[in-house]
Amino acid sequence: MREEVIISGRNNPLIDPQLHVWHWEIPTYLFLGGLAAGLLFFAALYTIRNKDEEYKTAVRIAPMLAPIALVLGLVALFLDLHNKLYFWRLYTTIRLESPMSWGAWTLMVVTPLSMIWTAMHIKDIFPKWNWKFDVIEELIEFFHKHKRTLAWIMLISSAILGIYTGILFSAFNARPLWNTSILGPLFLASGLSAGAAVVIWMSKNHAERKRFAQLDLMIIGIELFLIIHMFMGFLASTQVQIDAANLFLGGEYTAPFWIFVVFLGMIVPAILEGMELKGFKIPVAIPVVLVLFGSVMLRFIIAYAGQASRWLY
Amino acid sequence: MAIDTKKCVGCCDCVVACQTENDVPIGYCRDWVVEVMDGTYPQLEMELRSERCNHCENSPCVRCCPTGASHYSEGGTVLVTKNECIGCSACITSCPYDARFVHPEGYVDKCTFCLHRVKKGMQPACVSVCPTKCMYFGDLDDPRSEVSQILKKRKYKTLIPEAGTKPHLYFLI
Ligand code: SF4
Ligand code: SF4
Repeated sequence: MREEVIISGRNNPLIDPQLHVWHWEIPTYLFLGGLAAGLLFFAALYTIRNKDEEYKTAVRIAPMLAPIALVLGLVALFLDLHNKLYFWRLYTTIRLESPMSWGAWTLMVVTPLSMIWTAMHIKDIFPKWNWKFDVIEELIEFFHKHKRTLAWIMLISSAILGIYTGILFSAFNARPLWNTSILGPLFLASGLSAGAAVVIWMSKNHAERKRFAQLDLMIIGIELFLIIHMFMGFLASTQVQIDAANLFLGGEYTAPFWIFVVFLGMIVPAILEGMELKGFKIPVAIPVVLVLFGSVMLRFIIAYAGQASRWLY
Repeated sequence: MAIDTKKCVGCCDCVVACQTENDVPIGYCRDWVVEVMDGTYPQLEMELRSERCNHCENSPCVRCCPTGASHYSEGGTVLVTKNECIGCSACITSCPYDARFVHPEGYVDKCTFCLHRVKKGMQPACVSVCPTKCMYFGDLDDPRSEVSQILKKRKYKTLIPEAGTKPHLYFLI
């Protein structure tokens, strides 16, 4: 038997007995970032494919939530910092090796983009909207002219943002649970799924809802596939990663993960959306809320469980 | 730095010395002593290790710092610049040894190898106070330094080398 104890009584707050420096702020920030990435991605995609008339909600209305989500996400990130007064330091350096750094910069690109996009389409919701200043009108006119270029930039930067929400974790080899490149695509898929769910919710157009329900079903399928892959990878890896996987396969995070994330957040909404596509009448809010809930829970559980997984020596 | 696990008696003087020298806030510590018990009674084996930041050569904490506050300093020591650190805690999660903590003032803090003393030609506080003289501190690039000599003579190990951080704390076994 082997027993290891710290006899000098180390009890550093947030570190001992188990690492817990990242609370609700980081998963919230990642969820909001992922959601915004999903919304902007679809808006850009259907603009590029010239479907903005068909999928009006996705292209014009739903993306208006993105700047709100992004700003709230940045607030959450800010709250997480322990040395808040030095926040600006994030933007005086670019360090490509640091996911935190390029994440902060990606947000700096995506947030204004999403605001411009909102400004371009605000008249679709408020027809009487008046910008008061001609300069702004002209500026918006300019962006309208270059809408496709803008959409391409948005497509790429929102995909980066979506993947980044996972890479922030997977770049840490000190936490074996996070140290898998699957997290990038998994979080991107989860963000896209949340974005699609919001479009389904807001849309009044039957064809659009149907299209996004199909999309969402497909994305959920991909997510389940990625999750299975992730566990296969862990179980075929080193002892520390097997231990990490066991947190979800019998360990303390088993029930929350499989019930909240996989069952309620993916399988149930997939079944409901599938039934709806077959013609059953299902209140649209139920699958939508479940998808969003699953997406939030995924971030929280991975963030917390990751801090519980570690190397042993 | 090399630490002789065979000489250490687990008195924790190094921990107290560090707290005093570096004004470590109460309730926190930059170094700590680990006791490992192996085997079943009566065949027991014990190892005592005084641990701290490993001043890794390939340190994830420096890599993931978004502001450059965590950096390599003289002789490869890894330091945090207080007023560049935003307290995002990325480095804390990136360290496989849990060597860092958030100082109550908001920045991230950890062992500095007492660089302020070393620059004056003194030994780090923990090394100088150890009653069994079980720690050796010096320049690993200099083959004549005491620490290089002892690493040539004795068997040693590093902690979690498989994490790939190239730790610079050597435990003589
Ligand atoms: S022990 Fe941790 S804090 Fe120290 S250099 Fe290595 S990774 Fe960084
Ligand atoms: S907490 Fe400070 S030292 Fe650590 S990664 Fe963030 S800015 Fe760098």
